[in-house]
Amino acid sequence: MIINGVAIDDTFAEAFGMRGIRLIITAYNETWALHSANALTGFATSVIACGAEAGIERMMSPDETPDGRPGVSVLLFAVSSKELIKQIERRVGQCVLTSPTSAIFAGLDEGDPVPLGKTLRYFGDGFQTSKQIAGKRYWRIPVMDGEFLVQDTARMVKAVGGGNFLVLADTQVQALEACEAAIVDMRKLREIVMPFPGGVVRSGSKVGSKYKALSASTNDAFCPTLRGATKSELDERIGAVLEIVIDGLTDASVKKAMEVGMRAVCRIGAAGGIRRLSAGNYGGKLGQFQYHLREILK
Amino acid sequence: MSALTFTLRSAPAQRVDVGMLNPAALAGQAASDIAAIVLNVGKRVVRADELFDIAGDDATDIVFRGDCSKLERIGAGMKSGHVTVAGDAGPYVGQGLLGGTITVSGSAGAFCATGMKGGRIDIAGDVGESAGGAIPGEMKGMAGGLLLVGGHAGDRLGDRMRRGQILVGGNAGDYCGTRMIAGTIAVAGALGAYPAYGMKRGTLILNALPAQMLPTVVDCGAHRLGFLSLLYASWKGLPGPFGTLDAGACTVRRYMGDMAVGGRGELLVRG
Repeated sequence: MIINGVAIDDTFAEAFGMRGIRLIITAYNETWALHSANALTGFATSVIACGAEAGIERMMSPDETPDGRPGVSVLLFAVSSKELIKQIERRVGQCVLTSPTSAIFAGLDEGDPVPLGKTLRYFGDGFQTSKQIAGKRYWRIPVMDGEFLVQDTARMVKAVGGGNFLVLADTQVQALEACEAAIVDMRKLREIVMPFPGGVVRSGSKVGSKYKALSASTNDAFCPTLRGATKSELDERIGAVLEIVIDGLTDASVKKAMEVGMRAVCRIGAAGGIRRLSAGNYGGKLGQFQYHLREILK
Repeated sequence: MSALTFTLRSAPAQRVDVGMLNPAALAGQAASDIAAIVLNVGKRVVRADELFDIAGDDATDIVFRGDCSKLERIGAGMKSGHVTVAGDAGPYVGQGLLGGTITVSGSAGAFCATGMKGGRIDIAGDVGESAGGAIPGEMKGMAGGLLLVGGHAGDRLGDRMRRGQILVGGNAGDYCGTRMIAGTIAVAGALGAYPAYGMKRGTLILNALPAQMLPTVVDCGAHRLGFLSLLYASWKGLPGPFGTLDAGACTVRRYMGDMAVGGRGELLVRG
């Protein structure tokens, strides 16, 4: 399959079942909501070492948020319910509770309960108060700029982590610009985040390593500087490969994001130095979800 | 099907407990069974059809007509359905209400919504003393749901209230929120003396300072409280002054009390 001069590999992205959650952070203005959201979703690129993968889903206008203030919707993903609960407690406690004027609310109405204010309330040292409003419980924790308002419980759902595609280009800059275009289009979608910096990752990994302590190591088959020295997947024209990783609340949302991203890359096409689209997988043995590139783009 | 309507043949001279005439208790009962239900009028025992003209067959929608100010426990303990009182109702309206709605077009007597745990009660007129409060011997008053009062409320509104919301469009008497454990009471009109006496937790929302404040209720200053925007938004569309509150107007003067019993309750006076 070739689209606008870009060869689509007959392969698939392999993704994993994760636990995902949406939280809504609001603040006095958009700037402070973003400060809080950026902190909450910081150092959350890969579950390999961060405990969670997270990102900003979208900005929310005051008429969309529970308390009528500017807000940010964030998505967090972890490999288990237990880990997600732990990550939320730490990240909300350190990044949202601490952020001036902030408040945080559940972004999903369905799913399994996750303590939000339920545990954070103890910071109030007995001065915290709860309110049940429209069937939902909130905690008001006194802080130095007033009150931190936090919903008692959020909801997590079964989600998908690790949807991906690889952009193979003539040069590093061409690969990067194509990925930037893809990210712009993908960020218009809901229910997904691209957790790596700027949504793009350059250090794609394979399972295992020559070093016993490491469970993953560089994906040498896609490293252009090793083209002649390893069993390479790259031909002589490919100068750089970049990857976009997608985590989503549903299988369909990940699939849609992959399609939108790949089509944006294909629009740039061979004229822009894009040669191939490929994807990362583990032979279909590890992940619950497979996203076949040619099926998605047909 | 039409609403099951109980029309008083004449105003009873003494109080009548009609708590058993609720949608759950009457569901599936034949008209003859309903007519044969025994009611106590003072020390006399009478059949329901001696007291009421009974018409209609929809037990989920019950209507009381006539001078019902001597009828006690209207809609008590009901879990669903709707009870309407065309005119005034007696004491204990909606006692222990679990769900459904009760609408009174006139006023209600004392202890309205006592022990209520869910559902909604709309009183177009006034409510007597201890609305949402605990009856003697009970540790808790209202424990959930919404009591909406269009007129005025008597003394001891929300006494020992545990949860839920009471919204009063008019004035409220003395000792509002006394011994309150939790929940929210909002009063649009004037408030009598000594609110929050013995109040442990919970929230009183007022438009003006009460007639007399307890010395054990302390001023904590003017603040923007974010939860109010959610609260006001949840009231949007309700009849009366609370249905039109600006959800963005969340700055209030906060008083905490009663410091004699821990002082985690609050009076919020809107600016």
